Amino acid sequence: MTNKLITPTPSRRTILKGMAAGGALLATGLAPRFTQAQSSAPIKLGFQLHRTGIGASYGRWYERTAGAALTALNEAGGINGRPVEIVFEDDGTDPKRGAEVVEKLTSQAGCDLIFGTLFSHVVMGSAPRAGELKVPYLVCSEGHHVASGALNRWTLQPGITDVKSQVQSMAPWVTSTLGKKITMVFPDYAFGHDHRDFFTAAVAAQGGEVIKHIAIPPTETSFTRYFPQIPSDTEVLYHVMVGPAVLTFVKELGEFYGTGARPEIFGFIDSLEAVNIASPGLEFLEGTHFWEGHPRYKQADASAAETAYRAAVGVDDTGASVSDPADIATYAHMFSAWETLFVIRDAMTTAGYQGPADRQKVVEAMEAMVSFAEGNDHPQGPKVFNGKTHQAFGLQSVSKVEGGRLTRVHQTAMEDGFYPDEVDYTTQSF
Amino acid sequence: MDFGPFLLLALMEGLVTAAVLALTASGLSLVFGIMRVVNVAHGAFFMLGAVLAWFVSEWVPGPPALSFAVALVICPLIVGGIAALADTVVLKRLNYEPEATIVATIGLLYILEQAALSFFGPDARPVPAPLNFRIQLPWFGYSGYKLAVVVGAALVLLAVWLILKHTRAGLVMRATQIDRDTARAFGINVDRVYAGVFAMGAGLAAIAAVLIVPIQQAHYLMGGDPLLLSFIVVIIGGLGSLRGTLVAALLIGLSDGVISTFFAPTLAKIIATLVVALVLVFRPQGLFGKRMA
Repeated sequence: MTNKLITPTPSRRTILKGMAAGGALLATGLAPRFTQAQSSAPIKLGFQLHRTGIGASYGRWYERTAGAALTALNEAGGINGRPVEIVFEDDGTDPKRGAEVVEKLTSQAGCDLIFGTLFSHVVMGSAPRAGELKVPYLVCSEGHHVASGALNRWTLQPGITDVKSQVQSMAPWVTSTLGKKITMVFPDYAFGHDHRDFFTAAVAAQGGEVIKHIAIPPTETSFTRYFPQIPSDTEVLYHVMVGPAVLTFVKELGEFYGTGARPEIFGFIDSLEAVNIASPGLEFLEGTHFWEGHPRYKQADASAAETAYRAAVGVDDTGASVSDPADIATYAHMFSAWETLFVIRDAMTTAGYQGPADRQKVVEAMEAMVSFAEGNDHPQGPKVFNGKTHQAFGLQSVSKVEGGRLTRVHQTAMEDGFYPDEVDYTTQSF
Repeated sequence: MDFGPFLLLALMEGLVTAAVLALTASGLSLVFGIMRVVNVAHGAFFMLGAVLAWFVSEWVPGPPALSFAVALVICPLIVGGIAALADTVVLKRLNYEPEATIVATIGLLYILEQAALSFFGPDARPVPAPLNFRIQLPWFGYSGYKLAVVVGAALVLLAVWLILKHTRAGLVMRATQIDRDTARAFGINVDRVYAGVFAMGAGLAAIAAVLIVPIQQAHYLMGGDPLLLSFIVVIIGGLGSLRGTLVAALLIGLSDGVISTFFAPTLAKIIATLVVALVLVFRPQGLFGKRMA
């Protein structure tokens, strides 16, 4: 047996030499083929998706909306002449997993930026990692945590109004139309706390009063036991609930009040997202009011862009999937996935985006934006963008349940939702 | 709301919790009492019952009452079948070693949960209640179905007690519990008894789930809470004592109802867990358990 039977070719030494030479070439910029060519490779956008866990019904529709927006985007020529891909990654609606997903999308999947996160506790868990990795992180979460200054320069919310602006713009309507003594029921975590803090302040500014706060753990499955805490002199019950148990929540509320006397009820549609309003047990909702980010039932004055958006995503005029009437959309929120994608396109175009080295330019391009016009890119309506606070502001709808469907009875004005800046992210370093 | 009606509502809520808890925990207690197996997958069997009830309600035509009745029969049988299979294929081969069975049932829990996620999906899905009447009291309304759940659970528990005390199968189970080897010497097929007991325990969890699912909706992660509460109840009541389980379920259920209505549900859980700790320190065998030699 000779020791030359198996010769490693190329030898270890040769490989090392080659690697050293190649490395030197790359380092000194002597490899023009790779570093200077105009790439035609697809731009990869990471989507942090709540496919499982308590946000699953939102995740299903965010995936469909983002997919439909992507098709529209690529048909119109992609970004900077390059096709666009979206890499969806499930975070289980879990903050801990969220940070890992940000890491995975950036480092392993090689995504240029990340968007789509909805649940605010996941945003809180993930945004710091995005800041460390220096990757633009565009959330669709409604939480006030972006505009409050709690996050970082890499995190922006260009696709949906935050809770502070939403509740502040609607509080005058609630106190003047429904009543001034209000009891609030909300989930006991970041998103619910935004509602508690800002709606309470907004009501006080209108001369009303929130007489009771009822916080419910987000994983709760039974709600009847909370309802006796509602004071009997409550004029308006304000409810906002999320998670898999929302239908149970509304049903038990109906059982509790039944045919007896009840206060006016004003809810965030979150309490009924992905749930059919015509479900048995929800008859009591007739005559109550809801906030909607985007009206689930197609309104009489719907724009052409709104009609085209519904058709593209596959939602009928009642807010259900065109292929399955039992599959109700999370219509009031999911427009943000669509609109954020087009903001990304505009920012990358302005920045002349080529690759991850230009990530900072994308953030700067977005910070320079001031408004988005209503149209196919922004079917929910016009928006104002504040580059300092990284937050978009839009119009809110108040809808009334009439004949088992939601009809808009009030729309806020843009300036109703403005508040003084609490942060200037543009002064922070990258 | 005045104190009287407030208390009434709290007790009614507590009674519903207690009834469902008694059913679920008695399954856990049975399995531990006879097989000495700590079944961590018990919550997953509960969830499986609810998820199967949703499938039945989708596939069986006719009024909700009919599909509910079908679910009440079929779901425990299927879940019991899966449990018996798991016992034969996994637990038996581990010779029911305590440590090994705990790890094995944790694995089983993950398998069942992920299977439900794959085949049923991540959404919470409602199952229509078989009866849809509300009781309108002067102070508040209440679901008539919830009260029916209490009656249903009591009937099932009565049946379990009758089976254990007055049938041959119950006699064989009790014999196996007292001394496995002697039972085998007397010609009892211990393997079959174990498979049957494991199936029965899982079946009880499934019945509880079918009863609760019109109130709560089916969801693939719904097994966590029942598992924790069942363990609390079984430890307080005394591992393996059915009577202790019932008393503890009533105690925990009613106090949960009252404390969570008057104060906060989280406080109710804190107190329940604290009681478990105290019981473990001062009376490790539980309220009704026999001290092991």
